[in-house]
Amino acid sequence: MNKMPAVSKGDGMRGLAVFISDIRNCKSKEAEIKRINKELANIRSKFKGDKALDGYSKKKYVCKLLFIFLLGHDIDFGHMEAVNLLSSNKYTEKQIGYLFISVLVNSNSDLIRLINNAIKNDLASRNPTFMNLALHCIANVGSREMAEAFASEIPRILVAGDTMDCVKQSAALCLLRLNRTSPDLVPMGEWTARVVHLLNDQHLGVVTSATSLITTLAQKSPDNFKTSISLAIARLSRIVTSTSIDLQDYTYYFVAAPWLSVKLLRLLQCYPPPEDTALRSRLTECLETILNKAQEPPKSKKVQHSNAKNAVLFEAISLIIHHDSEPTLLVRACNQLGQFLQHRETNLRYLALESMCTLASSEFSHEAVKTHIDTVINALKTERDVSVRQRAVDLLYAMCDRSNAKQIVVEMLSYLETADYSIREEIVLKVAILAEKYAVDYTWYVDTILNLIRIAGDYVSEEVWYRVIQIVINRDDVQGYAAKTVFEALQAPACHENLVKVGGYILGEFGNLIAGDSRSSPLVQFNLLHSKFHLCSVPTQALLLSAYIKFINLFPEVKATIQEVLRSDSQLRNADVELQQRAVEYLRLSCIASTDILATVFEEMPPFPERESSILAKLKRKKGPGNLPDIDARRNVNGNTEHSEKPEPANKSSFALLADLLPTNRPRPASASPIMLSTATLGSTPPITALLNLNSPPSTGASLLVDVFPESSCLTAPEVSEENFFRFVCKNNGVIYENQLLQIGLKSEYRQNLGRIYVFYGNKTSTQFLSFTSSVTSPDSLKTQLIVHAKTVDPIIEGGAQVQQILNIECVSDFTDAPVLNVQFRYGGTLQNIAVKLPVMLNKFFQPTEMTSQDFFQRWKQLGAPQQEVQKIFKAKHPMDTDVTKAKILGFGVTLLERVDPNPENFVGAGVIHSKNSQVGCLLRLEPNTQAQMYRLTLRTSRDSVSQRLCELLSEQF
Amino acid sequence: MALCLSLIPDSRQHVHRFTTNCLLRCMQFMLLFSRQGKLRLQKWYVPLSDKEKKKITRELVQTVLARKPKMCSFLEWRDLKIVYKRYASLYFCCAIEDQDNELITLEIIHRYVELLDKYFGSVCELDIIFNFEKAYFILDEFVLGGEAQETSKKNVLKAIEQADLLQEVRH
Repeated sequence: MNKMPAVSKGDGMRGLAVFISDIRNCKSKEAEIKRINKELANIRSKFKGDKALDGYSKKKYVCKLLFIFLLGHDIDFGHMEAVNLLSSNKYTEKQIGYLFISVLVNSNSDLIRLINNAIKNDLASRNPTFMNLALHCIANVGSREMAEAFASEIPRILVAGDTMDCVKQSAALCLLRLNRTSPDLVPMGEWTARVVHLLNDQHLGVVTSATSLITTLAQKSPDNFKTSISLAIARLSRIVTSTSIDLQDYTYYFVAAPWLSVKLLRLLQCYPPPEDTALRSRLTECLETILNKAQEPPKSKKVQHSNAKNAVLFEAISLIIHHDSEPTLLVRACNQLGQFLQHRETNLRYLALESMCTLASSEFSHEAVKTHIDTVINALKTERDVSVRQRAVDLLYAMCDRSNAKQIVVEMLSYLETADYSIREEIVLKVAILAEKYAVDYTWYVDTILNLIRIAGDYVSEEVWYRVIQIVINRDDVQGYAAKTVFEALQAPACHENLVKVGGYILGEFGNLIAGDSRSSPLVQFNLLHSKFHLCSVPTQALLLSAYIKFINLFPEVKATIQEVLRSDSQLRNADVELQQRAVEYLRLSCIASTDILATVFEEMPPFPERESSILAKLKRKKGPGNLPDIDARRNVNGNTEHSEKPEPANKSSFALLADLLPTNRPRPASASPIMLSTATLGSTPPITALLNLNSPPSTGASLLVDVFPESSCLTAPEVSEENFFRFVCKNNGVIYENQLLQIGLKSEYRQNLGRIYVFYGNKTSTQFLSFTSSVTSPDSLKTQLIVHAKTVDPIIEGGAQVQQILNIECVSDFTDAPVLNVQFRYGGTLQNIAVKLPVMLNKFFQPTEMTSQDFFQRWKQLGAPQQEVQKIFKAKHPMDTDVTKAKILGFGVTLLERVDPNPENFVGAGVIHSKNSQVGCLLRLEPNTQAQMYRLTLRTSRDSVSQRLCELLSEQF
Repeated sequence: MALCLSLIPDSRQHVHRFTTNCLLRCMQFMLLFSRQGKLRLQKWYVPLSDKEKKKITRELVQTVLARKPKMCSFLEWRDLKIVYKRYASLYFCCAIEDQDNELITLEIIHRYVELLDKYFGSVCELDIIFNFEKAYFILDEFVLGGEAQETSKKNVLKAIEQADLLQEVRH
């Protein structure tokens, strides 16, 4: 039985109460709807009736409509009656009218002019109660029309001397709402200065409202409200030092004005730390007092007391993190949060994890945050609430660096086994990013990603497996391991389709690296892959078919077996057109193409251009900007983070991804692209048919070129091409030379003082190159410093084919010059003569060195003689991107030493140059100045010629 | 049968997160709903269509009701944070932005409950059902535009009582 409420203040509306009771007594949804429809009909007839309704009835019916609306039903009439109520001189009628308008009138209603008119009258009434009703209505509706009508009137009310306090409060927040919805319509003016002084108002309610308004305005135009800093600090100081009774009713469970304190602390977060030292120390005192209070015994056992107190504390910590300038405060904040991590209140544990995430991105407190790693890992394992565990994952991600990456990745992986489905994908992305970012040893990276697929295959997005393939292709040192590992993983009776994709791709590219072992012979590999085929989706099957044709190239001994498979009805007559087409074309290709052509078409994938991980972009999209603690962007002073990666627009990323897998500069003939085969699953248009035209001329009109080349070009010694030389300082693979006829690609590897370069000569035309020779020459001075031995190369390169030449290199002592590669061949009767400066530079013989900060600086001092140091200051030629810079320094061959330089913006590195005669230790430091777009590079080594040369080489890179 | 919204809150408490392009971190909306999922009060501080409001309400009520006791009072929801707390049969639920202060929001809820309690005298769900307009008026005096306007309990109640007085005099 429902009872009528015991208390009904003001004038109750009996009819309304009866109606509400009726609704509550309805036994079913149908009965309720019936009752409502009956009431709506009744109200409609009353409103349409001839008899004029009195104010009370109008109010009652409008109120009933409101109630019906709040039950979730649509209301399409009664608006006019509500507007009529606005002009009633009876307060309760006016009040209900305004409530109806606030709840039910959308901003583009036709009635807005009538409503505005009523509001205008009430604002002018000088009756504070009426004025407040009108202001509340504006604040609740906040439409543009209202902003147009009242944006200039409200500031006047706000700062007028005779406005009552309660009206000022409403006016301030009303203006805040209008500023938020239509900032262009709220004019700044002389009132702004007077608004700031409301921070000094006697009435704390006025200060509370005004602080919110000022914060909004200060975000929009900080310079106009700078004076609020000192006033806010003064006010805050008075509050935190007050005794609990000073503020009377503004004290909440023994906490002085918690709402106002939070708002003041937030206002201060619109600005950097105050420059004025007195002001700054006063603020520091306030913050210290707040931190101290956290250690005092509670004044009440009520949760409200601790919540209010901690609300202020957390806001103070936010300000400390925002300023990011007082190491002592940051460390104190971190310790305080550390205590909360183990608090019995779940809410506090949640907030501590959340807040620590931002603290982890400050240079000053990153280390302090790291000390809590065990507690955070424990939270991951024991918290019963998924939202708290989520925070723990975020924090582990934020606190991860090289020193703890392995531990964190292991913990995240083990959590993933039991993690809630809702957060699995995000964890997968995070693990993938950390594994890549902090991989010292890429076998660990490969293991981690395969584990990810094993544990949470369904949540491994395309980006993740694309990325592992990119990385394996770009790193020679991990390819054999990757092949072995995927081969083993595929042995599992039930493996995830994502593993089949990665396995198919990697074995297709690098299966040869493990084929020597009889347990993973070509046939075994093929049978293993093919055993998964029938369980896979079409895109994966397509990828497997590509892997099969690559197998035919890699292992002629399995050709017949694979052809048999391709020839089977299930392939050749596959209902899926893509699969059928692949089967037909691959089969045909394997029958007609010569071994050479196959070898060219299915040449190993060239390295991908280095670029931002598409996984990172995905995680950012997932979390939205701002929510993701950027593990690369340690905060600088004032809390502005410098984002080292530019967020990619979501719709572009798929193109970027495709570009990742479809590199443009590859060391091989352009006409026959194996990439098209191997990645056709990724693109929408399978350009496979192009392959069948292998013998037709390539797209460039090569035959025309003969005429273009002047006869004389072959008679004189060619100019040495140096164009791409400096591009190879920080990388080992890529295209060093290309013209219309020939492309020369390089793949190099170095160990200590020895190196090997694989040179690939690709004939871009359809005609043979005859009398092909290539040799390496060195200037006299270089001959004793660097020995280059070139193996001979086949004198004929068929049209569209590629040949490889191996150069063996030994570094005898440090050197400056570079050897030259001379290439000659006959094309269509003309002798071609090409000379290319070979990118063999001193830094190639670097071995990276790890050292501690202390060792570094000790060595740095030891190498202080003037001739040992070479310094260069230069303008940035490329965007100053931290990640790119790091990659370049690593590519240069030295170790990038983290947290050695006191200035986190700087990069320092160390390495040893190995030559046959000596080893030269080398330290380097790169100091970017983003404002000036300049760099200062300093090299210190024990030999001046080495310092000089390394400085020349590296300074060209930025 | 009246269910007293005793001021000792149920141990279940919660709040969630949502998206707008407004600059300031502020409260986006407040919802009161019963354990049965019936909406008792809704207050929106950002412009949204009725359709969106209904969708949000439906999703959120479902999410919050599914939470277990002793779970934390905060949760991420879309890109908002939800702060919620249960008092007897009613859930009070506020959506704030990412950077906003969760604990102070929790105390906004509590102060509102105190105001209702003081005004109705041991408030129960039925008071809010039958006098929903009063619940709105009290909220407007306390929170406006998503920001705390007057945090003194005395001052808020004084304003409401003055208004009540006004209607009696005039009527």
